[in-house]
Amino acid sequence: MSNDSEFRTCPDTGLRIHLPAEKLMKANAVAAVVFLLIGGLFGLAVALTRWPAVHLLPAEWFYIALTAHGTDILVVWIIFFEMAVLYFTSTVLLNSRMATPKVGWVAFALMLGGAVMANVVILDGSSTVMFTSYPPLKANPLFYLGLILFAVGALLVCFIFLGTLVIAKQEKTYEGSLPLVVFGALIAAIIAIFTIASGAIILIPTLLWSLGLVGNIDPQMYRLVWWAFGHSSQQINMAAQIAIWYGIAALLFGAKPLSEKVSRMAFFLYLLALQLGSAHHLLSDPGGSMSFRVFNTSYAMYIAVLGSMIHAFTIPGSIEAAQREKGLNNGLFEWLRKAPWGNPVFSGMFLSLVLFGFIGGITGVTMSVQQINMIIHNTTYVPGHFHGTVAAGTTLAFMALTYWLLPVLWRRDVFMPKVAQWSTWMFGLGMGGFAIFFMAAGHLGVARRHWDMTFAGNPLGFEYSATVYLFMGASGITAVIGSLGALAYILCTVGTILIGKRRPDDAAPAVSPEGVEAITSYGNRGKGWEAPGSLVLVAVFMVFLVVYYFANWKYLGSVWGIR
Amino acid sequence: MSTHNTLTPPPNDWWRHPIGRDEVLWISIAAAWCVIMTFMMVYWYFAGNQNQAGEAYRISPEAFAAKADEMVDKYTIRTETELEVPVVAVPPGGDVYIVSSQYQWNVIPELKLGETYRFHLSSVDVNHGFSLQPINVNLQLVPGYDYVLNFTPNAVGEYNMVCNEYCGLAHHVMVGRLYVVE
Ligand code: HEM
Ligand SMILES: [Cu+2]
Ligand SMILES: [Cu+2]
Repeated sequence: MSNDSEFRTCPDTGLRIHLPAEKLMKANAVAAVVFLLIGGLFGLAVALTRWPAVHLLPAEWFYIALTAHGTDILVVWIIFFEMAVLYFTSTVLLNSRMATPKVGWVAFALMLGGAVMANVVILDGSSTVMFTSYPPLKANPLFYLGLILFAVGALLVCFIFLGTLVIAKQEKTYEGSLPLVVFGALIAAIIAIFTIASGAIILIPTLLWSLGLVGNIDPQMYRLVWWAFGHSSQQINMAAQIAIWYGIAALLFGAKPLSEKVSRMAFFLYLLALQLGSAHHLLSDPGGSMSFRVFNTSYAMYIAVLGSMIHAFTIPGSIEAAQREKGLNNGLFEWLRKAPWGNPVFSGMFLSLVLFGFIGGITGVTMSVQQINMIIHNTTYVPGHFHGTVAAGTTLAFMALTYWLLPVLWRRDVFMPKVAQWSTWMFGLGMGGFAIFFMAAGHLGVARRHWDMTFAGNPLGFEYSATVYLFMGASGITAVIGSLGALAYILCTVGTILIGKRRPDDAAPAVSPEGVEAITSYGNRGKGWEAPGSLVLVAVFMVFLVVYYFANWKYLGSVWGIR
Repeated sequence: MSTHNTLTPPPNDWWRHPIGRDEVLWISIAAAWCVIMTFMMVYWYFAGNQNQAGEAYRISPEAFAAKADEMVDKYTIRTETELEVPVVAVPPGGDVYIVSSQYQWNVIPELKLGETYRFHLSSVDVNHGFSLQPINVNLQLVPGYDYVLNFTPNAVGEYNMVCNEYCGLAHHVMVGRLYVVE
């Protein structure tokens, strides 16, 4: 049973926090931020190399930095932060103690040890294989081992999360169904378990192969299974980030979902075809019949796409309904204009929602069309697209949540609040711009993971047009702006933890779930047109998507016949 | 209950509350769009000229390289650059073997406008990328697999093959040429 001396009540929010879980949340969040710093600096170095006028790193270091950037930021930063989110949602939001804190520390040690191990063998130059490590390119065995240890740690945390849900249910720490945000986190954890299993299935044989114990890894099989891991990881990120968007809508506006049923169903859709979506990474690969390809890119993908499009309306819609109930009822957009844009929790949340949808979403749906994939595959379009999803989307959502968590977990005021205010805008707009310019260059044929687009001194080389150079230069400038935003976020976070002003225990609530006026008219949605502004927003989104989608078909139709 | 939001458990009968009309409208539009997108892929498969599913066969790197060498012996018309890269003019309808390896392309193909060629794309060591510029057609080359596609060029000119899959520390030097002539 739960023991009261293991809990504290947050004076700002009234939330009851299990102290052993709180320690783990803090440790995982701090580890996440440290790796964001390391991975972000590598990203900046890579971006400054791809900016033709700067061309910072020598070739070997470019490829080392790129391997480190992908590993540290996509894998380590994101997953450490998600571990903190799993602990928070299962304990604090359910008012519960956590299952097996000791195992939590074992998991943390495995993840940290694995991440450090992978970094050491990347930086010593023995694993310059990119984070995807497609065989027969071979890395140092410790690279695969590091990733496996990291994944095992993350898997343990998923089981602790499930165990905690069981405890909360048994000890009746909450009544009725799981809160929506916890439901979203549960979906993320279930996907994570499948994902990590796929990772193990492919990385363990690869480790044995790198040790010389297994003769041969089929390179195409590797790509298929690796992407069952790599693609599903992005579904974890989706579910986690959407749960955070809903959560912040409640923290700042007291928002409730327009309809619990719809929002939960939309989360559930992510589970339906999970295992199959990975094939859209192989659309320009040899093998795989047309029906396999179409099934995977349509049913398996569009079910998840449908889920995301539903959230794209219901999240702003829930904010809009809450704001209108408070009297911000003029016109279509008063609720949005008068939102707290100066609060980095809100600006980060809303920017990440918009950037994810308009940049990551529209381009993702288009590039994963079987045939269109051929005109972007492995160009800078691909990293352009996913900086719209994982950087301007997921990472920015995590930043927004951090600014809410800092005072709650560390009991300190956010350090340099003005800088914090700027950080979300700089990171969001910088990364959004970088994504767009990288995609523009990719449309014109620039290769990803490529050190020298001038092909200097190569008798068979050629020159890209001045427009391409303009886009690559602009990608460099926007990448610098985004990196400064990330550095500002890290400065505020680390500053708060180390030297932020302590909050007195009777402080007026800064942001409180109970403190904001709650919406009371649950189920009384009138005619069901409470969110007309959000409906206009998604209509604009749809127009952009349709136009962009068919423009790409047109471009595809102009190239050589290829059958 | 008065403070219900996304962070608190919903009322017990949450699944009985009706769905708003705005939600029904948007879900219908979104679902219809997903159906249209599915239809487009199938439609293009039958009516479009660009479909990279193609054919694929397992083949050992040695066997693939041997077929390519045979092609070079038969159809080389000249060599270019100090590396003496063979320019091969395979007759229309014939098989063109593109061998990628760290860090070069085996040949410079010379094709005739409007004719169709059976391209075989593979690698004899690690993954490479076949990126044809400036038309920006991009395909993945995987060792052990013969990726077969029929190419029909629709404009004359000088094209370049860029490797756009990371294949080792000199990946960026891997660039080649392709001609389309009248
Ligand atoms: C801090 C600002 C960031 C900058 C300046 C930046 C810049 C870049 C650049 C220039 C590339 C190389 C593209 C190429 O040549 O192929 C890249 C790749 C990548 N970035 Fe970032 N990025 C940033 C943040 C992020 C974040 C937050 C994430 C994910 C959460 C991320 C994930 C990745 C991944 C997965 C790759 C691909 C690596 C590979 O191709 O192996 N980046 N980034
Ligand atoms: Cu190559
Ligand atoms: Cu290459």
